[in-house]
Amino acid sequence: MKLPDLTELALRNLRESVLRNSLTTIGISVGVASLVAMLSLGIGLQQLASRRLMKSGLFDTVVVSSRRDLRNFGREEERSGPAPGESRILDAPALQEIEHLPNVTEAYPDIRFITELRYEDKPHLTMVAALPESAKSNDAFEALQGHFFSSGNAPEVVIQKTFAEELLGKSPKSGIDETNVKELAAPLLGKELTMRYAQREAAPTVPMAPTSEPASGDQSLAGAAYSVISREQKLTIVGVADLDPESMRGPTRARVFLPLKLAESLHVMQPTDLREISRAASDQPVYSSISVRVKNPSQVQTVEDAVKKMGFNTFSILDASRSIQQFFKVLDVFLGIFGSLALAVAFIGIVNTLVMAILERRREIGIMKAIGASDSDVKNLFFAEAGAMGILGGVLGVALGWAIGQIINLGTNIYLRSQSFPPEHFWSVPWWLVAFALVFSFLVSLAAGLYPAGRAARLDPVQALRYE
Amino acid sequence: MDNAAGVTHNIAETIDSATALTAIRTEQLCRHYRMGDAVIRAVDGVDLAIRAGEFVALLGSSGSGKSSVLNLIAGLDRPTSGSVVVHDRDLAKLSRDELAGYRLHTVGMVFQSFNLIPSMTLAENVELPMRFAEIERGRRDNLAREALMRVGLQARMNHRPSELSGGEQQRAALARALINRPKLLLADEPTGNLDSRTGTEIMNMVREFNQQLGMTVVMVTHERALAERYAQRLIFLADGKLAGDEPNPAVAARSEEHAVKTEARLS
Repeated sequence: MKLPDLTELALRNLRESVLRNSLTTIGISVGVASLVAMLSLGIGLQQLASRRLMKSGLFDTVVVSSRRDLRNFGREEERSGPAPGESRILDAPALQEIEHLPNVTEAYPDIRFITELRYEDKPHLTMVAALPESAKSNDAFEALQGHFFSSGNAPEVVIQKTFAEELLGKSPKSGIDETNVKELAAPLLGKELTMRYAQREAAPTVPMAPTSEPASGDQSLAGAAYSVISREQKLTIVGVADLDPESMRGPTRARVFLPLKLAESLHVMQPTDLREISRAASDQPVYSSISVRVKNPSQVQTVEDAVKKMGFNTFSILDASRSIQQFFKVLDVFLGIFGSLALAVAFIGIVNTLVMAILERRREIGIMKAIGASDSDVKNLFFAEAGAMGILGGVLGVALGWAIGQIINLGTNIYLRSQSFPPEHFWSVPWWLVAFALVFSFLVSLAAGLYPAGRAARLDPVQALRYE
Repeated sequence: MDNAAGVTHNIAETIDSATALTAIRTEQLCRHYRMGDAVIRAVDGVDLAIRAGEFVALLGSSGSGKSSVLNLIAGLDRPTSGSVVVHDRDLAKLSRDELAGYRLHTVGMVFQSFNLIPSMTLAENVELPMRFAEIERGRRDNLAREALMRVGLQARMNHRPSELSGGEQQRAALARALINRPKLLLADEPTGNLDSRTGTEIMNMVREFNQQLGMTVVMVTHERALAERYAQRLIFLADGKLAGDEPNPAVAARSEEHAVKTEARLS
């Protein structure tokens, strides 16, 4: 029998016992809906998590440090890194070299120092960090009051909420911090801070004593000579950030942020300078660490490897993210299994319905065989009925699953809003999931039709016709 | 040369008439059923030869094996031993699919209980064998309408079997049996569920198909009177064995006469 005839007969047969077949179809659609709902939830949560993490700028960042920097001693990756003797100095040429690696969007030095800032003649000691302009898009500055630095070397600062409280003489409350950033920002924006810092200034180059064998060590020693000068810099407060210094970019933990270019031009004396004093090859600044931003988190590993080959230590949070990814994979599998359970019940429903149909249509099958239907005609007819229920159930199920998702999403967002959290979109039904659900439901239905169809095809027409 | 050609012609004619002569031949046909430990010999060594175009009645009491013989000829059942050869094809040697094809193209069947599919209209019932034969839709519709017109049911083609009388249902079943232009028409107690008037009506139609279309008809019945009125030959079965085989001269002569008349009319 040809497919159009088969489909037509199958649909006619389904209509004949409309109640039973629609109940079975609803069973399939509930199964498909639960599968779609579960997997959408898993995928949505995963996307939400990776979206958040991606925005935080943690996952596309590799922190590069020199092996000579003792700061990281004791960390695991130190042991696998190059030996101290082979390590290079993390200076400007190295920075440029890293910046030109493939897939690197930018590389900038981490400049951090503790210094004194005066506001209305009161000194405040805090950690200051430099930020590149790209940090603007970082979600750490989502709720920034005021604005971000107007340019890379503007004498401006963004201060952190708790520092703003300190400047205004408010003591930070314990427990849930409900301080309104707007209130804090209003009196501070546009005000001036005076930063006192120690500037590192290269000593005038001492002409080299003409020796017969100029050792490189001597040269580096000569280049490492510098003086330290106390300086002041006036800075305008342009922004107050509502971010938790503990959670934001682990290594930074600064409460005052400067534009990166400005910070570089200040040549602030950094703790590493002292450590490098005996080794620095020139009067070029030496960085304790630099941050490298990679185009895509998936390329972090290759960039890390390339940087390691250059002789530096690297650290990225990718290792942590890997276990998160794994967690979501496991979660997806579990949700998929739970979703499939309902589909397994539907499977049994289809088998039951079709076996019942065989009993009921025994005579009809006998008639069809007597007038010339082949085994495969009868088999295909039952397959077509199972398949039609599968497709119908699949379409209904995807729609139902999508609707359930929307309702749960809506409900959760109402709850989130009532708890004054921003709404989230943690439900995702990608097109491939829809396609997968449809194909899966069709295949499951065909599999369910396998036994009944085979049984119907093997039916003995003589007995079927004798049966009254 | 002339002589040789004449011989070949004669041989061809002989083969042709031989195949034309026997449409159905059974040899030592047996069909045994096993019920627990007992073996039921429904058909037990039946030898039959039915000529093409012949109208034969299979007579016998219930349990005589007449319906079993009919099912074996119809290809609905397979013999336990022996053979059924229909138009030179040994049914015992056909595969399940080939047997389905044989039922589809070579055999038309009518039953005592009509066996129309209740969820389908008459037109759809008549059309169904053509679906299995994969005939295209347009032709199917026309042929189904024609067949229903032939049995006088064109006005009822969109009714379901339950809306019709028994006679009408059996007429529709006849239309369905003939739709693929089979060589054999097998009828299992075709008038068993009908009153005598509609029974006669149906039997006249069967005779018409036998005479006009040259179909071989095998009819199972337990009514001797009915068989004597329509069949050219009466075959009696008892306990699965052949119990008698008598020609019915009156009918045979009449059909000879009819055949001559038809031939004269055609020429």
